Parts: sequence; structure tokens; C-alpha cells
Amino acid sequence: MRGIISFGGYVPYRRLNRAAIAGVMGRGGGRGTRSVASYDEDTTTMGVEAARLALRSSGVDPRALWFATADPAYLEKTNATAIHAALRLDSSTGALDFGGAVRSGVGALRTALESGGPTLVVAADIRGGLPTGADEANGGDGAAAFLVGGEGDGPVVAELLGTASATEEFVDRWRQPGSPSTGQWEERFGETRYGPLAAQAWKEALGSAGIGAGDVDVAVLTGAHGRAVKRVSGQLGVARVADDLAAAVGNTGTAHPGLLLANELEQAEPGQTIAVVVLADGVEVLILRTTEALAAYRPVLSVADQVANGAEVSYATFLQWRDMIQVQPPNRPEPTRPSSSAAARAQDWKYGFVGSRGTESGMLHLPPARVSIRPEDELDGMAPAPMADVGAAVVTFTIDRLVYSVSPPVVFAVVDFDGGGRLPVELTDVDPEAVRIGQRVEMTFRRLYEAEGIINYFWKARPARSSSGL
Amino acid sequence: MASHGIKDQVAIIGMGCTQFREHWDKGTDDLLIDASSAAFASAGVAKDDVDAFWLGTASSGMSGLTLSQPLKLEGKPVTRVENFCATGSEALRQASYAVASGAYDVAMAIGVEKIKDSGYQGLNAPPAAHDGTKRNLTAAAMYSLVLPAYAARYGVDEDELRMVVAKIAEKNHRNGALNPLAQFRREMSAEKICEMAAVAGRLSVFDCSGVADGSAAAIVVRAEDAHQYRDDPLYIKALSFVSGTGGGLIDPDYDYTAFPECEMAGADAYRQAGIDDPRSALAMAEVHDCFTPTEMVLMEDLGFCERGTAWKEVLAGTFERNGDMPINTDGGLKAFGHPVGASGLRMHYECWLQLRGQAGDDRQIDLSTRNLALVHNLGGYPGEMVSFVSILGPEVG
Repeated sequence: MRGIISFGGYVPYRRLNRAAIAGVMGRGGGRGTRSVASYDEDTTTMGVEAARLALRSSGVDPRALWFATADPAYLEKTNATAIHAALRLDSSTGALDFGGAVRSGVGALRTALESGGPTLVVAADIRGGLPTGADEANGGDGAAAFLVGGEGDGPVVAELLGTASATEEFVDRWRQPGSPSTGQWEERFGETRYGPLAAQAWKEALGSAGIGAGDVDVAVLTGAHGRAVKRVSGQLGVARVADDLAAAVGNTGTAHPGLLLANELEQAEPGQTIAVVVLADGVEVLILRTTEALAAYRPVLSVADQVANGAEVSYATFLQWRDMIQVQPPNRPEPTRPSSSAAARAQDWKYGFVGSRGTESGMLHLPPARVSIRPEDELDGMAPAPMADVGAAVVTFTIDRLVYSVSPPVVFAVVDFDGGGRLPVELTDVDPEAVRIGQRVEMTFRRLYEAEGIINYFWKARPARSSSGL
Repeated sequence: MASHGIKDQVAIIGMGCTQFREHWDKGTDDLLIDASSAAFASAGVAKDDVDAFWLGTASSGMSGLTLSQPLKLEGKPVTRVENFCATGSEALRQASYAVASGAYDVAMAIGVEKIKDSGYQGLNAPPAAHDGTKRNLTAAAMYSLVLPAYAARYGVDEDELRMVVAKIAEKNHRNGALNPLAQFRREMSAEKICEMAAVAGRLSVFDCSGVADGSAAAIVVRAEDAHQYRDDPLYIKALSFVSGTGGGLIDPDYDYTAFPECEMAGADAYRQAGIDDPRSALAMAEVHDCFTPTEMVLMEDLGFCERGTAWKEVLAGTFERNGDMPINTDGGLKAFGHPVGASGLRMHYECWLQLRGQAGDDRQIDLSTRNLALVHNLGGYPGEMVSFVSILGPEVG
């Protein structure tokens, strides 16, 4: 029995109030909020955050990592390798990108459910469009991760009952690489294509699962075409269609089926049947049934908790973060690109946030050192100290309004880790006025800056979001 | 294994210092020529009389060629040294050891920085190749961590402490206003400084050192030769240097209210010079006031007052030019300006003037009871710094 062993959804901290769009532009926007990836996030870093949540709930080592996004940080270079490094997966674990299309998120999940070995599927997206457009307002940013495997790999919390796929070539939504906006054909055309495809795939999936529509407790339904999704919603004949998180998060594209499924799994009881129906250049359907193991499953940080705990970002800042408006940078030299060879030598530190601890003194060294600051430790008398999942508290902090930053000011804190150890570290997802001594923080994988096309990834600290009290 | 020092073995026989300011009309070469010419003239020697040179610059040039080319030094050794903001002092330290060893008879230490050609505000050192994980924070922000830490440790109100460090800037501006070589010649009240916008923690731009171009130079010989050149040389009593482990950044016991590297360098210098109580032995000190909280903490690190009391002594006027322990009588980094590689030698230049009674009527400190001076010059940040301390005096013994 193959299925989902663990999962995690990631919703970034910032929200754009849709009404703020019309407040500035005179039109556009709407009601509610959408999630916004911070200036120091991209699909890779959000994928890391979702994957960390998934892996921390299972303790199973994946043998493959698949990453899907319609907004890859790099082309040519694999993005999944940075996620692989941040998760400290074994080098024998393959890491692949599923590139480009919104459909690749649910496609990767279905492929993993139908293949062998424990596989970590990660999907992330940053959705936007030109100011005042529907995509800008209704899109959302986020990520989801699923560890998929069989009973031999770990307790399966949702087993796969059946799948179906329907494919047809028609140009409904399209985007050229590098373009800030997505084109869309006249809406009623797409509706005529998606309707029959959905009916066909739905029937086939129910058949392969050996159940009827009435046996489905909830359908996770999403897609790239709003009208078609609405129409299909009325035709499935299921007891309930899942909350699409449109009011608070928006449509997170490639990540959305996973984010909605994670949200449902976090609220589901054992023995429930969940269908996932995704409309994107055709239709994908998965049918899952939760198992008794779900009762014992504890998410590290639920989607609902993240949705409930966000903070607003102004529309002006949102536009800056999305490169829609350029602002005057500080008169400081821009940062230089990291050295690939230096970064490779420091891979465990830079991507995995692994320091070293003196075997005699217990003194934590960040970055890892060969020579201890405590005399009792021998040369190289150090053990690796993975610190990414260790909580910390702010000892003191400062606000730097002089230093170069994509989004000044820089909030910087000296933090002490639980169990000993200290690091001066930049804070993120924080309002300068709200920082205080003693505040609980946790580490988060971020994009510090980009120079000469090379993205500099490293860790920052953020106010604790985990209900586990990291 | 010990730091023995070279007390009274080496003497400074001449010094020169350019004006520190935004020298839009002078390049690195001009500044080096001006400072060295002034030092040659001060010592009464020609450039060919100097056997070896130590050039300190943080980022205005590489190698000894930076000096030997503009000065057209023929067949002379020139060593370029760099040690963060203590670069100029490091040049003097190396030149002094060179003559003390007997390797050379006459050596020059010269420091220079041409900062204002970068096109950017502030100090910006070109980074070495890196893995991208170094913290992104200005020095001002790192030093701003001192204020809340000190306030918490010693139970001082943060607003009051903010005013205390502004008083340090006010004093240094007052001193700089009298100094024709200083970058800033205007007085600035502590109240005005407190009203300015914060740029790093609670620090304003006027809590930071002045960003200036400049150069300063010293010529040293063995002490027994000094009187061949002049009747009033300045003797080196101590030269100490501590380069830290960087442990303060990761040590949970470090609390940002002291700079252990400076305390250690001070203690070593006092040992070398045979000083038990610096407050009663020293007539003055030039210290590294890169940011106003730095000067406050240094008063305790260098033993000028007890831990937790410097803020009171600042308010009591102890460190004013006419106070019990004059600090930064030339205006310090704050008002004299901070061309990185030159600053350490500029500090020695002020001692050179003051201890020999040459500072001028309006600036001259009282030497009736004490005649030693201390120079403290650091580079780096709280938790990871290098620190230099020297002690100078007009007499042997």
C-alpha cells in the first residue's frame, strides 16, 4: 500500500490586503488577502521550508527528491539540489526539477505515488501578474511537500486508491520565461475544454479506486482556470469541496493542490476519502483514503496556523519585492557573488546550517571550526552540530539603516540557541518595532541576495512560528 | 615565552601629518608625499637617510610599491602592512622592532588612506572571495549593541546613556574645533546629536567617526641615536598587540560591555612600561573612538576607571581636555577623521605634539604632574577585533 507518509504546507508570513491595490491604483484588487513571499524568499527557499516540515514529522530518509515550480529560481541549474543540501539528504538521493508548468506539481505527486521508494515531492510557486490584474490579486505564494512511500518506509497516513489523467493541447494560459505576466485566452473557451476533460478523468479515477462519488468525503479542487473550477465543483457530486484558501492565501499555482491537500489532511479523521482534482492543461485526479496512522500524526506547523498568523505588507513594498517598481538603492557597494568553490566547501554550513561542537567543551562554533575557542578541545576535536531545527532566543538586537539590503532596514540580533551556543544573525519576517529581548526565534532558509546571476542562499532567524515551540 | 617589549630602546625623532578631510584634490600619492615630507623635515633627515619603510594602508594600494613609486625610493625595502583600522599603528610597531633589532638605523612608519575616491558613503573594504555566509551588518550597528547591553548590566537608563555617549562626541568635536588639521572644526552639542535620526540602533551619523582622506608618518631610530637628530625625541615605552579569536561572537558569556582584546593589549602595555596605575601615570590618551560607545567602554578596558563607572566620569568631565584624564585632545576619529591606514599614526602625532609641549597654547594639556601618553587603536567589531596599545614618554626611564 503506497501513499503519503508525511507532509507539510508552507504559507509565507506576509499578506497583501487586496483592497490596498485599488487604494493605490484606483482599480484592481478585491476582498481578503493573498500570501506574499518575502523579498528574501523564492520557490526554492519556500520549498525547503515545506520539506523541513514534512521530514520533521516522519524521520524517513527519502531516496529521491522531486521539485516542481512554475517560477524556478534558476534555469539550466537544478533547483532541487539546494533543497537537497538544506535538508542534508544523502548524496545518493537523486534530486530532480519538474520544470515550468503549473501542472508539474500535482504531476510529480501522482508520479511519486505510482512509483517506488520513499520519494519527497516538493512544489512551490510565486504567483503574480501586472498591477491591477486578476493574477496579481488572486495569486498566492506558498509551497507544499509530501513524503511518499510504502508501508515498509514508514506509516502511511493516506493511501492511494486510484488516479486518472486527461490531457489535451489547447492554449489557455501561457507565459514566456522571464515575463512578469501570464496571458489568458478568452475565458469561456477554456471552460468548454476543461468540463469534458474533468468529467472523463473523474469517472476514470472513481473507477480505478472502485468507489462512487458519494463515497468521497471531500474533494480538493483547484486549477488554473477559475470559471472551469467553479463549474466542475458543481458536477463532482461529492459531500464537500475543500476550502480553496482563496480568501486568505490566494491560488498558489503549482503548490496549490499540495497546500490544500495538506490543509485537509491536517483536519481529517482516519478512514476518510479525499479526492484531488486539478485542472491545468488537462485534468489530474488522485483519490486517497486516510489510515489509522493519521490519528497519531502530528504536524509540526499546520497550514491553518500559518494562515492565521501573518502580517500585512504594504502594496508599495509588495511591488518593490516583485520588481514592479524600482527604488533608489543605498549608496553602498552591492554585495559580491559568493564563490562557488568556497560555498561548496562550506556546503553543510551554508545550506544545512551545521556548526561544530567541541567534544570536550561542548562549545558550539558557528560557522564550524577546526580549532576550538576553548582550550580543552583538541585540534579537530569537533563533532558536527546541526542547528537548523534548534530554537533560540534574542539576547540583544539592533536596527541597521546603513547597510545594503534589498528591503532595508536590516534587523539584526544576537541569539542564543537552546542547549547552548550563540550566533549574531539577521532576522526576517519581523517588524523592527516588534523585536524584543527574549523573543523566541527559529532558523529559516533564505535567499540573501543575488549577484551576477548567482543566488546567495543562507539562513536567517525569524520569530518562532512553530506550534512545537521551537 | 613572553612579551618583553622594547621600553626606551626606540625613539620617534620626527613626525608629519596631513590635514584629514575629503581631499578631492589629492590622491594617495600626494598624501604620502605630503606626510613623508613633513616627517623628513621634522626629523631633519632626507629620504635617502631612511633605511627601511613600513607602509600601512587598508585598501588604498597593494605592496611596497604604493610608497616606493611616488617617493622614488631607490633600493630601499618597503613593507606594506594591513591590520584593519589599527593598520597605521601596526606600521609603527614593525618599524620600531626593525630598528630595535639593529637591522636598520633609521626607519619610517607611514599610514595612508584615500577613502573618498570610492564613490560610496562610509568605509567600504573590498571583500575577499567568500562563501556568502558572512553577516551583513555595518560596524556602526555592531557597536550600537554596546549601549543596551551596558545600560542593562549597570542599571543605567538607556536615554541617559544615549546622552552620555553624545557627550563624548560633543567633547571630541570641541577638541577638533581647535585643531587646524582636524576634519570637523565645528562644535556640536550632545543635545543636537541626540535629536538626529538613528541610523544604527540608537546611534546617529554623528556618533560615527568622520570619513576622511589623510596620511601620517613617523621616523624612528634606536634611543641611543635619538639625540643625534633632536633634543626632544619621544621614547617608546610599550607596544602591544592582540588579535582576537573571534570567540565573542559565539560565546554566550560575552555581553558586549567590554572589549577583552583591548583590555589584554592594555595590560600587556602597562607591564612593558612598568605602569601599575594608568590613571595616575598617564597625562593623556588617544583612543579609538570609532563610535561613541567605543570610547566609553575603552575607558574601562584600559583601566582609566572602574567597570560600570565610565559613564559617570564622562558626565563629570574627567576626559575633557582640561579634565583629570584628557582623551582624544586632537578630536579623535570623531572630529579629526578616520582615514583607516593613517589613524594610528595620527594618534601618535597628537602625543608627539602634546608631550613635547608643541600642541599650541589653546590646545596644550597640563604636563606638570604626568608626562606619559597612551595610544589605543583597534580594528574590527565587538567580539572579533584586533587591538593595539602603545605608551610614549619624553624621557628615558
